[in-house]
Amino acid sequence: MSKKEKVLLGMSGGVDSSVSALLLKKQGYDVIGITMKLWDEEREDSCCNEESAYDAKRVCDILNIPHYSINFKDEFKKYVIDDFISCYIDGKTPNPCIECNKYLKFGKMYNMANELGCKYIATGHYARIDYSKKYDRYVLMKSSSIKKDQSYVLYNIDKNILPYILFPLSNYEDKSIIRKIAKENGLKVASKSDSQDICFIPDNDYIKFLSTYANIKSKKGNIKLKTGENIGKHDGYIRYTIGQRRGLGISYKEPLYVTNIDKDNNEVIVGTKDELYLDTLYANNINLQAIDSIQGDLRVKAKIRYSAKEASATISMVDSDKIKVVFDEKQRAITPGQSIVFYDEDIVIGGGKII
Amino acid sequence: MKVRYFDNAATTKVDERVFEAMKPFLTSEFGNPSSIYSIGRETKKKVEDARETVAKCINAQPKEIYFTSCGSESDNTAVKGIAYANRQKGNHIITSKIEHPAILNTCKQLEKEGFEVSYINVDKNGIIDLNELERNIKDTTILITVMFANNEIGTIEPIKEIGQIAKKHNIIFHTDAVQAVGSIKIDVEDLGIDALSMSAHKFHGPKGVGALYVKSNVKFNKIIDGGHQERNKRAGTENVAGIVGLAKALEIANNDIEKNAKYLKELRDYYIKSIEEKIKFVKLNGDREKRLPSNANFSFRFIEGESLLLNLDLKGICASSGSACTSGTLDPSHVLLAIGLKHEIAHGSLRVSFGIDNTKEDVDYLIDSLVEIINRLREMSPLYEDFVEGRYELDEM
Repeated sequence: MSKKEKVLLGMSGGVDSSVSALLLKKQGYDVIGITMKLWDEEREDSCCNEESAYDAKRVCDILNIPHYSINFKDEFKKYVIDDFISCYIDGKTPNPCIECNKYLKFGKMYNMANELGCKYIATGHYARIDYSKKYDRYVLMKSSSIKKDQSYVLYNIDKNILPYILFPLSNYEDKSIIRKIAKENGLKVASKSDSQDICFIPDNDYIKFLSTYANIKSKKGNIKLKTGENIGKHDGYIRYTIGQRRGLGISYKEPLYVTNIDKDNNEVIVGTKDELYLDTLYANNINLQAIDSIQGDLRVKAKIRYSAKEASATISMVDSDKIKVVFDEKQRAITPGQSIVFYDEDIVIGGGKII
Repeated sequence: MKVRYFDNAATTKVDERVFEAMKPFLTSEFGNPSSIYSIGRETKKKVEDARETVAKCINAQPKEIYFTSCGSESDNTAVKGIAYANRQKGNHIITSKIEHPAILNTCKQLEKEGFEVSYINVDKNGIIDLNELERNIKDTTILITVMFANNEIGTIEPIKEIGQIAKKHNIIFHTDAVQAVGSIKIDVEDLGIDALSMSAHKFHGPKGVGALYVKSNVKFNKIIDGGHQERNKRAGTENVAGIVGLAKALEIANNDIEKNAKYLKELRDYYIKSIEEKIKFVKLNGDREKRLPSNANFSFRFIEGESLLLNLDLKGICASSGSACTSGTLDPSHVLLAIGLKHEIAHGSLRVSFGIDNTKEDVDYLIDSLVEIINRLREMSPLYEDFVEGRYELDEM
């Protein structure tokens, strides 16, 4: 019998990663489960609390595979939390999952896999990795489940490690099937709720987090129109994001939306719905996966946030780490700090941070 | 895969003779020791026999021995019980920086309740600074609690000297002797110990039972309220099987104490010598002489994170980085930080604690596995590469 390939599986204690463990084991891999301890505060349903580690360990015990909890709190603070905070201070809107995937799940955890002699790492993400003839390499692709597809948050992974990643859930179209598999196999996590948006802010109150944890004091300032006309007061620009309509506290002849955050002058700029739509953006911190560089103009489909619909665009390099993106049709609420991800059909080309 | 156990500081295997001694009290002899009828009296007698055995092993009086549920309960009862009972005399407690969490967290709790606690430094080998200890004594000091031997680095503290200092200043002296009982001969009279904690499963007894010695003239409050068991100092129906097991295990350990220590020291010294010969850039933590016979704790440079332990586990080797933590998360040890190790070096540390079931062949397997794993991990370490290529200078550990 040939020696089984070893896989290090990141486990949150949720149903997706638990079923991933089961599927990998059934496929004949030698699976090791690992739960990353990322954050200290007590909270429910997040990806890294005590309960989650307990659940993951129980699943591994039942499947008879080793499980370890590993402390990556320092790295999480350095790469995810600190970036999250500085992004808001910069007047931007961050997506911390992207940093976590790059530096923790497919960074530190990948190193750990090497140290443990594992050839592969795996997670319960809904995405695919496959060999592409067109690009002559392993590429990241959308999941079969359009609804659950998570390829957007994975564009920032180093292309060199793509051949060593397994996504056991890549071919499942529906979460209910995953729950059913969990139930049929006696995994108690079958009915656990989905994880929330930001694991370290369980109540979703990021403003409270910034003020209590990061000790950021909101400074009042002016809300202005693009023309410079002063039309109201804000309670600190970190409370606002592009496209926001509610909570502005302004009465005006037509609905107004946040169109820009000017942190240098501590101003929130608002405008009409039309002003929210733009056809051009720039991005930096570029990571390319399917290709090594962009020559001239490239036609792509692009997504400006996790929940956005992809849209046709032409992209080109304007600097060594700066891309210009021109959409065929204007996009609503292009938000600095969010990532833009480029696709060729189902294949992720790469992406960057909107500036 | 064959499992090889080198974590006897975490827990030990129950001795067959201990199990045999316990068996009747898990089956036929089930009477409650507090009951007045025959089968109650019989179990009561066994509990009191056990008390005499334990007292004899540490040169105490039977009435000075209280059975508890574990080492942590003994520590809590000693520290909190003595603190509460002596509060009118003062509110100051002295301890060390390298105590077990059962002491440290108990002290932290008492601080919340208005007590003042001084945490005394240790030297680079983990030995408490006696001058600093004595300097910290004040009129309000009511208790000194310092561990007998450290659970991570095996260092044996100068207990007799601490006992003398305590006596000189008329302060109660408690020692958490969980790691020492059964492997070091202890005479509480000779050492000047007023209170001492022990736990059965550290010396081949069962889990779930401990004992506390408190000298007869020392006042302490009970922590668990209820019935009048343990002379009204610890409520709860006696764990008869556990108590009998504890006494039997302690009796066996005490009888064999010299023979076992000699055997364990041989294995330990062979291991230490081999590691220092075969692996570069290692540091033995703890004192070379004043050390538990079973303990060896090494720091390996350029080994980051927890991958060493995990790799050992994958080879069937049971060892640990420090104390067995309930969550399984591996934080850098407060003991290693207290003896002056840097954060990253403390992380790459390994405690092995040998047991009488270990053979030389087991130790050879451990050494060979460590050589292979350390070499492999270092080859992957960017820090090691920097060092080999001269971009990184090795500083003192």
